[in-house]
Amino acid sequence: MIGAIVAGTLSAPTAPVTNSYESIATVTVGSGGSSSVSFSSIPSTFKHLQIRAIARASGPYTYDQTNMTFNSDNGSNYSWHQVNGNGSSVTANGGTSTTFIRIADETAANNNANCFGGMVIDILDYADTNKNKTARSLWGYDDNSTGTIGLRSGLWRSTSAVSSITLVCSNNWLQYSSFALYGVKG
Amino acid sequence: MAAGSTYTPIATTTLGSAQATVSFNSFSGYTDLILVVAGTVSTANNPTLRFNSDSGSNYSWRYLAGNGSSASTGGSANQTSILTGGLGTSTIGNIIYYINNYSNTTTNKTVINRHNRADDSVTAWVGLWRNTAAITTIDLGAGGGNWNTGSTFTLYGIQAA
Repeated sequence: MIGAIVAGTLSAPTAPVTNSYESIATVTVGSGGSSSVSFSSIPSTFKHLQIRAIARASGPYTYDQTNMTFNSDNGSNYSWHQVNGNGSSVTANGGTSTTFIRIADETAANNNANCFGGMVIDILDYADTNKNKTARSLWGYDDNSTGTIGLRSGLWRSTSAVSSITLVCSNNWLQYSSFALYGVKG
Repeated sequence: MAAGSTYTPIATTTLGSAQATVSFNSFSGYTDLILVVAGTVSTANNPTLRFNSDSGSNYSWRYLAGNGSSASTGGSANQTSILTGGLGTSTIGNIIYYINNYSNTTTNKTVINRHNRADDSVTAWVGLWRNTAAITTIDLGAGGGNWNTGSTFTLYGIQAA
């Protein structure tokens, strides 16, 4: 995508020319909240997938988890690792043989109102039936008193093409949380 | 499922002369913004972000950094801008800013970004602007000095289905 830049100036914006990145679907959480978001019937015509989101959760904590599974597989076929910093300490940990990829954290009910975390999740070579599937994320939240910025990686030990993605909150996502799925062509 | 091409280059510039701030002010109609920077500054420092010309103490930020020998983290509240990854005077550094859902009017705005500077460190940052207004202008300051000639800035827009 970066290679598709067409030179221009700030005063004369360039015309849209890219067609290698497509919006597939978006889910925005309504007033009742939601504990999960799913994308199904994902076409296999892209090379990579990307999820871009903002999120705030209902748990009585300063953060909640966003966990990710593929193709409705709830077996112990996932693993993940992370490094993050909260302004005072750096944490590196992970999980093996888990039932999900802990792909991001977001701000929660104990943090200041209206603050939402941001996340960008990449799922690479998602349709390749010769590889187990890997994902990575950049995520962060801040509410002017607490917050964390982190990087995560995840593995799904399956060579199946990813045809559905389920994101699950450890509590509920609150209204205005929004998750958008994009496809990147190869 | 709906589908449509997006990730649109909105504006790009290569500085022909040094300047303290690079501004963007015409980027309506998208869901997310991505700002890609490759540059140097006249005085090694951390570039700063401000939105909608708000110079009040309405920003905060945190970072995670690694410099080849150790990892560190830090942050600050009630700031007059969002601090981002540090750049040097000669070795090009890169910063990619992700501003998700920048135009909604119900949430405060969060920016996450990744930065690398080969002669110094690799970092990730999160910044908050405590305002629910849609972002209509972005001012990217050089951190006290100037952006050097040749620094490049490209703003992209992504529109969700």
